[in-house]
Amino acid sequence: MTTTLFTNARLIDPVALTDSAGALLVQNGRIVDVYDITPTPPQGAMVIDCGGMCLAPGIIDIGVKVSEPGERHKESFRSAGRAAAAGGVTTIVTRPDTTPAIDTPETLEFVERRAQADAPVHVLPMAALTKGRMGQEMTEIGFLQDAGAVAFTDCDRVVTNTKVFSRALTYARSLDALVIAHVQDPGLSDGAAVTSGKFASLRGLPGVSPMAERMALDRDISLLEMTGARYHADQITTARALPALERAKRNGLAITAGVSIHHLTLNELDVADYRTFFKLKPPLRSEDDRIAVVQAVADGLIDIICSMHTPQDEESKRLPFEEAASGAVGLETLLPAALRLYHADMIDLPRLFRALALNPAHLLRLDAGRLLQGAPADLVLFDPDAPFQLDRTTLHSKSKNTPFDGARLQGRVLGTWVDGQRVWGVI
Amino acid sequence: MTFRARHLLGIEPLHPTEITTLLDLADSYADHNRKGIAHRDVLAGMTQINMFFESSTRTQTSFELAGKRLGADVMNMAMQASSIKKGETLIDTALTLNAMRPDLLVVRHPHSGAVDLLAQKVNCAVLNAGDGRHEHPTQALLDALTIRRAKGRLHRLSVAICGDIAHSRVARSNIMLLGKMENRIRLIGPPTLMPAGISEFGVEVFEDMKEGLRDVDVVMMLRLQKERMDGGFIPSEREYFHRYGLDAEKLAFAKPDAIVMHPGPMNRGVEIDGTIADDINRSVIQEQVEMGVAVRMAAMDLLARNIRAGRQAVMV
Repeated sequence: MTTTLFTNARLIDPVALTDSAGALLVQNGRIVDVYDITPTPPQGAMVIDCGGMCLAPGIIDIGVKVSEPGERHKESFRSAGRAAAAGGVTTIVTRPDTTPAIDTPETLEFVERRAQADAPVHVLPMAALTKGRMGQEMTEIGFLQDAGAVAFTDCDRVVTNTKVFSRALTYARSLDALVIAHVQDPGLSDGAAVTSGKFASLRGLPGVSPMAERMALDRDISLLEMTGARYHADQITTARALPALERAKRNGLAITAGVSIHHLTLNELDVADYRTFFKLKPPLRSEDDRIAVVQAVADGLIDIICSMHTPQDEESKRLPFEEAASGAVGLETLLPAALRLYHADMIDLPRLFRALALNPAHLLRLDAGRLLQGAPADLVLFDPDAPFQLDRTTLHSKSKNTPFDGARLQGRVLGTWVDGQRVWGVI
Repeated sequence: MTFRARHLLGIEPLHPTEITTLLDLADSYADHNRKGIAHRDVLAGMTQINMFFESSTRTQTSFELAGKRLGADVMNMAMQASSIKKGETLIDTALTLNAMRPDLLVVRHPHSGAVDLLAQKVNCAVLNAGDGRHEHPTQALLDALTIRRAKGRLHRLSVAICGDIAHSRVARSNIMLLGKMENRIRLIGPPTLMPAGISEFGVEVFEDMKEGLRDVDVVMMLRLQKERMDGGFIPSEREYFHRYGLDAEKLAFAKPDAIVMHPGPMNRGVEIDGTIADDINRSVIQEQVEMGVAVRMAAMDLLARNIRAGRQAVMV
């Protein structure tokens, strides 16, 4: 029986939305008590003096691409797991857009076995909604759920056939399965590399109107009214989509939404002279959109912040912008980048962790994501102020495609605990 | 005399004085070309490689002739037929060529930004001969020289650019250049062929051609790509010609001494009426081709001077 007492901590509680001094007692991998004073340590307890630094529930990151199977040279469960631990992420929820796609219980078991063997953090796999992510036939949602799939998604591919999608939603509802969708009208966004507007025109790059996001969201909301499924929009990145989301929530649909950290901290102008590390899906938006979306996270309209961790090797990125692969790694930079919003006074720390830990836990029906008695001791200890300049070669990910290379960031993860076990620590 | 750039990647990074410097030099080359005065010493001992990842006849020939008139050793590489087909990446191709130590690299590529990417990986001077929808700087410079010689100045003119603005690198470079030199720019075309955010470019946009051409000094027509004609962006070729093709009736709205330009190759009867294109009193289309050689000579001359200055600095 191991007992650990965290003393002298600044506790970030996303349930009570408080940020206050206190202490936390962990026993056998679970939180057993939370104090607002420093208690006497129980006999035999290990005491960790947090030195006044922030102690928060570990981050639950929905939508991480681990490139196993298929592209292990880009990212493995070992490298992704270490990157997660170093970034204060205690649960990664993996995407099925691998090669081959995770669309059968057999491939799902492979993922679980690999994760179990190599990753120091919790790994929860998602499975494809349609076979081969081709948008034609639904996968064995029931078997996959039994095998441990926590959600069903075709990732960045939109199921264009509304009949196929509505049946998949209906079937998913009967199993109370969560469906995660990418909202981007496929016709309008065909061939686009950036968001349309002055910048796209200046650079001569094909752009997509921000309206493509709302169109897809509107369609999906209609299908939800029809089917009543549990639905999460992976990334809402534009101001125009927000009123539709708000209405759907108010009407009582089981809808939630996420946004990637990159869309909260960068805008379209960061692409500058065709910098392919800033090529994302959906593309980076205008500054007005960014501000609106940050506000929506602070207000709780957008539920979840994720890293949308997408490893790409140098060869996929060292190409003309239109030909280059999309996506950026984000597990290790998620927290320091998110703290930019805190330092800019756009959101407080409890609300930040509501989006990084509590809401993802709610969505996946996990008891993690909170600093409460009985919750698993998945914790992150961090110094929110420590400044550093990111050198991408120091990342634990096998792929180094971060848009924050050379960026000045604030916020350093000092320690990460999974089920009370320390998996990362610099103090 | 100022021209500091190491490459000619676009009009956007150029300062107005650099543009003037280049045009002044090109002007004298144009005169010398007419008189048959040779300048084979300017690029003597230098190697120029033309890399065209997209087919082109006139631009490639113009660059080749410009290099040869200045005494460079010129090589043409048809990239579509070569290593790109074998799966080599753009950067590897660039590094391979770089190892052969050329002095000037002239590049055309179907993707925006590809020439910038390539320029980051080589030691020689790179000239952008057109990248995707982004820029085509020598075209804008030759248009500017043609306008300056016809109108006697390159400022406070009213210039209409007509047609497929959205997909045109020529339009982008021209908007940039004419704006830097303080001219009024009007863009004319159907809204499906206008780029997004165009209202933020400091230009006036017209959907009605006659209204747009009213009292302009220069009418610049753009080529309409064949693949955009059928239903996708415009309903049909004949409707386009009716509404946006330059004919005598529409041209009558421009100033009586307005000149007509076209970057070629022309689609007679689609964007321009044949008789207007051939009217020597209005059309300067042949002059544009002539100025193309002079402008490219000037551009390569200036870049070569900077290369030599750089090498001397290293030796000292």
